[in-house]
Amino acid sequence: MKSNNLQTPKQSSRDATGQAIYIMWLREMKRFFRAKARVIGTLAMPFFFLISFGFGMRQGFNLPGMPQMNYLNFLVPGIIGMTMLFNSIFAGISVLWDREFGFLKEILVAPVKRFAIVLGRIAGGITTALIQAILILILSLFLGFKISNPFGIILAILFMILIGTGFIGFGIAVASILENTESFSLIMQLFVFPTFLLSGAFFPVSNLPKWLKPISLINPLTYGVDGLRASLIGFSQFPLILDLVILLIFGILMVGLGSWLFNKTEI
Amino acid sequence: MLFALVRRQRIHWQISNGVKWNIIKRNFMLAIETKNLTKEFNGLKAVNNVSFGVEEGEIFGLLGPNGAGKTTTIKMLATLLKPTKGEAKVCGFDVLKQRDEVRNSIGIVFQEPALDNRLTGYENLDFHARLYGLDSETRKKRIKEVLNLVELEDKANVIVRNYSGGMQRRLEIARGLMHYPKVLFLDEPTLGLDPQTRHRIWDYILQLNQKEKITIILTTHYMEEADYLCQKVGIIDFGKIVALDTPQNLKNIFKKPTLEDVFLHFTGRRIRETEANQNEKLKRMGHRFRR
Repeated sequence: MKSNNLQTPKQSSRDATGQAIYIMWLREMKRFFRAKARVIGTLAMPFFFLISFGFGMRQGFNLPGMPQMNYLNFLVPGIIGMTMLFNSIFAGISVLWDREFGFLKEILVAPVKRFAIVLGRIAGGITTALIQAILILILSLFLGFKISNPFGIILAILFMILIGTGFIGFGIAVASILENTESFSLIMQLFVFPTFLLSGAFFPVSNLPKWLKPISLINPLTYGVDGLRASLIGFSQFPLILDLVILLIFGILMVGLGSWLFNKTEI
Repeated sequence: MLFALVRRQRIHWQISNGVKWNIIKRNFMLAIETKNLTKEFNGLKAVNNVSFGVEEGEIFGLLGPNGAGKTTTIKMLATLLKPTKGEAKVCGFDVLKQRDEVRNSIGIVFQEPALDNRLTGYENLDFHARLYGLDSETRKKRIKEVLNLVELEDKANVIVRNYSGGMQRRLEIARGLMHYPKVLFLDEPTLGLDPQTRHRIWDYILQLNQKEKITIILTTHYMEEADYLCQKVGIIDFGKIVALDTPQNLKNIFKKPTLEDVFLHFTGRRIRETEANQNEKLKRMGHRFRR
């Protein structure tokens, strides 16, 4: 090693930003494919939901406001929404694990815009969540799920990406405020489960009593599940464009909030 | 005697007030300079009006008991914490206003491990290199170089989780060097390592300092380590610098046989467990309620 190594190689900042996003994404991919137990674990829950509810309520289960169809068909978009929700929250909140294991310091001390880090994490989180959601979709086809319009899949993927963006942003925001991983289960119980249960994944939102309905209507996942249903089985409670616009606004707000809070993070 | 020492320091470092601060900037280059650097956590001053300078190419030791403010000082210099008051420059860049420039010119090895233990050693280095925007050719070349330096070439493709503590520390030192930093911060580099690994790490540090001309700032609890490695040491206690000189001068002035005795002379023999925990607690609270 010679002392002429001392010159720092010059790089344009745009290039560095692109590199940062890419390497954050690549890291997420590597961790994902190496943690086989985690993948199987996160896939198992939606799968069991599909099997038990999809088959258990197959016959004669028709709630008011539900189309005349096999319950499985009604359920699958909801379970896909759930898969996206859980994986996205997990991806966003993994900032907490990075904090716990010290790796966050390595990221925070690097000369890259924090926004690039957030984007990289979102890109990685969406990819892993999407892989799992699509696996669930494929599995459900074997269980008897019928897609009404094959082109709807593309629209459905768009909805998955929007759900993912919003909730990863939310996860990063939460993780930037929280102190340790113990708070994670609190967030799961207090926020993620209600979000999932009141999203209309299991039943039409219109069935909820008056006092509970507003909670469902301010729940972004409601529109995500509704949009997924519209694109996959051609049934929805809200206009498709409303679903899209609300999720888009939610996504932008959450990415903004997540970046802002992450940017303020000190170690 | 203490007064004399303080006077000595003022003459030596000439950075205790604004006028001299300006003179020094023109005269010779400092890798690190801080002026009245202060960090408060919830009203408690973890670092209190600290002013010192580190010359280019020096190995500087920041010594102090638990909770004295060593790590907080380093984190402020590394742009990980914002100073409450005062200013600091690293390689001539302001830690508040030129954060990216500072970040580009420093490498840091943290006290606690900061590796991704699900990636291999090579991947950790590659991650770092890309974060710092190195091009593909430089990346490959440099990864080889730094792995070579810390003698981890044959472990490059092992997942870090399977590394021993010493190997992890060596990998972190390698990573800190990836982007050709001008200043390297080492926070307790040999904590918890066996004597063999410790001596090897000392060798690396000296080699880096001499061959790559890297300025090194290290914190340590081991006085023999500071005495062996450092050209200058600053003893910090309760957030204030209480002594600042070469290890030899300190030993001579205070007529003590070892640096450890000088250290105890300044910081007393009382165990600081309580203060350290209190400090940690306040730090955490400060973190939770920060703006």
